[in-house]
Amino acid sequence: MSSLSLAVRDSNTMLRRNLLHARRYPSLTLNLLLTPVMLLLLFVYIFGNAMSGGAGRSAYIAYLVPGILLMTIGSTVIGTAVSVSTDMSEGIIARFRTMAIHRGSILVGHVIGSVIQSVMSVVLVGAVGVAIGFRSHHATVLDWLAAFGLIVLFALALTWIAVGMGLVSPTAEAASNNAMPLILLPLLSSAFVPLHSMPGWFQPIAHYQPFTPAIETLRGLLLGTHIGNNWWIALAWCLGLTVLGYRWSTSTFNQDPK
Amino acid sequence: MTNPAIAAHALRKSYGDKTVLDGIDITVPEGTIFSLLGPNGAGKTTAVKILSTLISPDGGQARVAGHDLTTDPQAVRATIGVTGQFSAVDGLITGEENMLLMADLHHLPKAEGHRVTTELLERFDLVEAAKKPASTYSGGMKRRLDIAMTLVGDPRIIFLDEPTTGLDPRSRHTMWQIIRELVATGTTVFLTTQYLEEADELADRIAVLNNGKIAAEGTAEELKRLIPGGHVRLRFTDPIAYRSAALALTDITHDDETLSLQIPSDGTQNNLRFILDRLDTAGIEADELTVHTPDLDDVFFALTDGTGTPNQPKEAVR
Ligand SMILES: Nc1ncnc2c1ncn2[C@@H]1O[C@H](COP(=O)(O)OP(=O)(O)O)[C@@H](O)[C@H]1O
Ligand SMILES: [Mg+2]
Repeated sequence: MSSLSLAVRDSNTMLRRNLLHARRYPSLTLNLLLTPVMLLLLFVYIFGNAMSGGAGRSAYIAYLVPGILLMTIGSTVIGTAVSVSTDMSEGIIARFRTMAIHRGSILVGHVIGSVIQSVMSVVLVGAVGVAIGFRSHHATVLDWLAAFGLIVLFALALTWIAVGMGLVSPTAEAASNNAMPLILLPLLSSAFVPLHSMPGWFQPIAHYQPFTPAIETLRGLLLGTHIGNNWWIALAWCLGLTVLGYRWSTSTFNQDPK
Repeated sequence: MTNPAIAAHALRKSYGDKTVLDGIDITVPEGTIFSLLGPNGAGKTTAVKILSTLISPDGGQARVAGHDLTTDPQAVRATIGVTGQFSAVDGLITGEENMLLMADLHHLPKAEGHRVTTELLERFDLVEAAKKPASTYSGGMKRRLDIAMTLVGDPRIIFLDEPTTGLDPRSRHTMWQIIRELVATGTTVFLTTQYLEEADELADRIAVLNNGKIAAEGTAEELKRLIPGGHVRLRFTDPIAYRSAALALTDITHDDETLSLQIPSDGTQNNLRFILDRLDTAGIEADELTVHTPDLDDVFFALTDGTGTPNQPKEAVR
């Protein structure tokens, strides 16, 4: 068997294993959805009036949902970091390492599984958004495709980082702590309030961190707001984090296990 | 002579400044059971991890099935099966799913994978538990599933790291039976154990690992011969008979309290006849005579006493 078809076949086997885990124990994945859904409801129904500056509830829902969707990815990949870290402490990984399989397939299985879960989570949280009144009036089919592509790329980037975090974490708790920034970062982005309402010194930080450009791009695609240079900053982040996370994860994984 | 299944030379491994393996040589001929015997912390698992490509040695070379460990680990992996010291099953999925996962990773066709799975689950008495998550299995069942998974790819060389530690006596005997069956089909088995009885029972050759070195190596018989300790023990109830026996025999150790004498002996017929002749000539009758041959326990404790420094010459018996 050629090494590419071996890689594809083994990755597919590993993916099926991870999806089986997720299907059999859905509570972890579902728990991770609670944070974005609760924040969505909290900000719309409790802080909504103060946050929207009087622009009205439906306008604020429209503003909020794109950020919440990307936050959902941040939340989902915390689960990835945790499950990678628990998985690595299992004897079965040692067994895989002594088998003539494609090495990378173990990580690739986790990554693809996590991206699929992220997309499904985004769809679920999106459905909650629609249920409370989110509507996209302007988006064309192309916009939707681009939005979908952005979500996949963003999930891929955060997943590779989370996999790296999972690999270097000795315990599940450590993994969940290490991955915490992935759900905190959206709080420091334009997800809940516009950048211009933040203190001046903080605006550049909020502007150039990975979430804001991605949120602004998604907002533009779904709602027709101005995207500007945000799309390529978002793409650069996705690409950069993917390469970084991939390198970090594979080099960590290829070291001798403890 | 064919190539040995495992040939390791001067393997070294340290963690920080702790030397775990201090240059060990291992040769395992094809189709035999080799046992690495040693107390807890001796470095058995480390040796298995190195030989099964899980970790790399700091020094030395090894060939497994003729393939070099460091330059061609993937070829080594294709011929070996490993059952580590700690359970290597996926607890979140069922026993059957674990087996099918192995079949997929060995790239068996679907039907073949199912056939092998059914066959092995039956052979290892796991049919009833097949649809339950592996995390619910008992220790013995987990071990059996572990070995069943190792056998999916039909490996030529199998590593078993303490396969019976923590098992009840019945499961232990089942495991021994399994191991014997493996070798009957030509598989080479590299087995580690803390139990002398187990090594004695199963292994063609035994190496005693202690303090990072092979303290002794050979068949169980050869190892036993390494150790003086065979003796004849005479017990008396009559102090006079006891004292005259002590005078009639040479080279004895006596215990005045129990009125017993200990005479070094290799336990052979000739030697016993010699002792008995001496007693007859002196007209002494012992109340009890017992022959003690050294068992592997004597060997083990002599080689690994207290501090862990072997008090035997280091060269192996061949
Ligand atoms: N990853 C590791 N880091 C540090 N020390 C280790 C590691 N693995 C094993 N050791 C040490 O090496 C020694 C031998 O361990 P091991 O090979 O597991 O022994 P055994 O299997 O014979 O009980 C022990 O003292 C153990 O503490
Ligand atoms: Mg061990």
